[in-house]
Amino acid sequence: MSAFWSWFVIAITVMSMIGALWLLFSNAKGKMTTEDTGHVWDGDLREYNNPLPRWWLNLFVLTVVFAVVYLAVYPGLGNFGGQFGWTSDKQLQERLEKVEAKREAIFAQFGDQGPAELSKNPAALSLGKDVFLNNCAGCHGADAKGAIGFPNLTDNDWLYGGSPETIVASITNGRTGIMPPLGATMDKDTLEALVKTVAHWGDPSLDPAVREKGMAQFNTTCMACHGPDGKGNPMLGAPNLTDNVWLYGGTTDRIRQTLVNGRQGKMPAHQPLLSKDEIKVVAAYVYSLSH
Amino acid sequence: MNHELVEKNVGWLGILIVVAIAFGGLVEIVPLMFQKAATEPAPGLQMRTPLQVAGRDVFVREGCYNCHSQMVRGLHEEVLRYGPRSTAGESVWDHPFQWGSKRTGPDLARVGGRYSDDWHRIHLLNPRDVVPESNMPGYPWLAEQAVDGEEVQAMMRALKIVGVPFPEDEIAGAPQAVAGKTKMDALIAFLQSLKVPQAPAQAATEAPAAPGGA
Repeated sequence: MSAFWSWFVIAITVMSMIGALWLLFSNAKGKMTTEDTGHVWDGDLREYNNPLPRWWLNLFVLTVVFAVVYLAVYPGLGNFGGQFGWTSDKQLQERLEKVEAKREAIFAQFGDQGPAELSKNPAALSLGKDVFLNNCAGCHGADAKGAIGFPNLTDNDWLYGGSPETIVASITNGRTGIMPPLGATMDKDTLEALVKTVAHWGDPSLDPAVREKGMAQFNTTCMACHGPDGKGNPMLGAPNLTDNVWLYGGTTDRIRQTLVNGRQGKMPAHQPLLSKDEIKVVAAYVYSLSH
Repeated sequence: MNHELVEKNVGWLGILIVVAIAFGGLVEIVPLMFQKAATEPAPGLQMRTPLQVAGRDVFVREGCYNCHSQMVRGLHEEVLRYGPRSTAGESVWDHPFQWGSKRTGPDLARVGGRYSDDWHRIHLLNPRDVVPESNMPGYPWLAEQAVDGEEVQAMMRALKIVGVPFPEDEIAGAPQAVAGKTKMDALIAFLQSLKVPQAPAQAATEAPAAPGGA
């Protein structure tokens, strides 16, 4: 705050305090009398005209005394910071440091154990579960079983790999999985054949002619990400199409939608939101769900 | 002063009440209007894109501020939950600001990037699909309403008059930028933009040079 505005604030504050005191005492004069103001209500109600009772007057004086003490020790008078040197920023910083120290003490018990070891440690799992419920359950569900578009974390089937290190990497940096929209790249018959082939990957009852047509298309448009045998690619997060785990649903309708419109799976990066220690225990918790 | 003067003269009473209240405003409000921290954008504050401007309008129209604040207070509990405290400079381009004063739902000042766009879409259609215990209403109609490009352009012009320095070509391109988008897309784009302003990288590299180096 510039000197002008600082003095502006100080002047008005001090003047209004002095003004309040002056108003108070200038009206406190006079003696108790039985003389009334001359007003009459309801025929016989009259009003005395007496100064404030002394104890009441003193309460008002006390508020001014309080203000003087307060402004001497806490910030309020322009740029004058008060004798205590208190600021809200400093208080916030101190409290954050206190919490940080407490947190470090709690996490210190785990030393440099990795998520795999911690997944057997009940204390770490309990902490990890708290972090999970506060930060992950919004998408993956409180039971971690996911939903359509949000992976189930309990089935030991992983898009990007399920080693403790990969889980930590997924949480820290996030993941972006892109299935491009392919509706425009093939005719309707081919699309239907491909949809059936993907939906009935290992099913021997599927018409071999349909499978042949579907696979021909698969080999040109899908193989690069999902692999020649459809088992997916954890480097890209391309799902395994041959098992019975479906991120966006495994019905023919759902698969058709996925193929035509594409999908964008995004796991947000949690690096700035969670500390390294929190990521470690929540990774341990996630790892423990399938091990 | 004799108290009869104000007790028997309602005009004086009114004038003196206004004067007494004005002292508070003169000390608490007027100096802020001349503080750079409150009148200049925070370093790195991003101007909203046309789609985000449209989304902000949806946010106001649907009354999201009735349940969601956009103001992380300087209390350690809030900083731990939401992220760095909000500063006045973050809101200088918001007319009106969306600080809110009630939190039935969580604060949204730092919600950008926390969830994916798909999550927001599902959540806005029916919040219980992703958060079973949520009591937030669904907003399915937003997915069916198109953003009106002309309207967005007019909003940006109005915002420019009150001090948001949108470049002219951005305003001119607004109808094109929001073509084919729904109000849902706009609201999601707005929500994803609610982040801590990141000071430009060059400021960070210049800073350590000043004190003589390590």
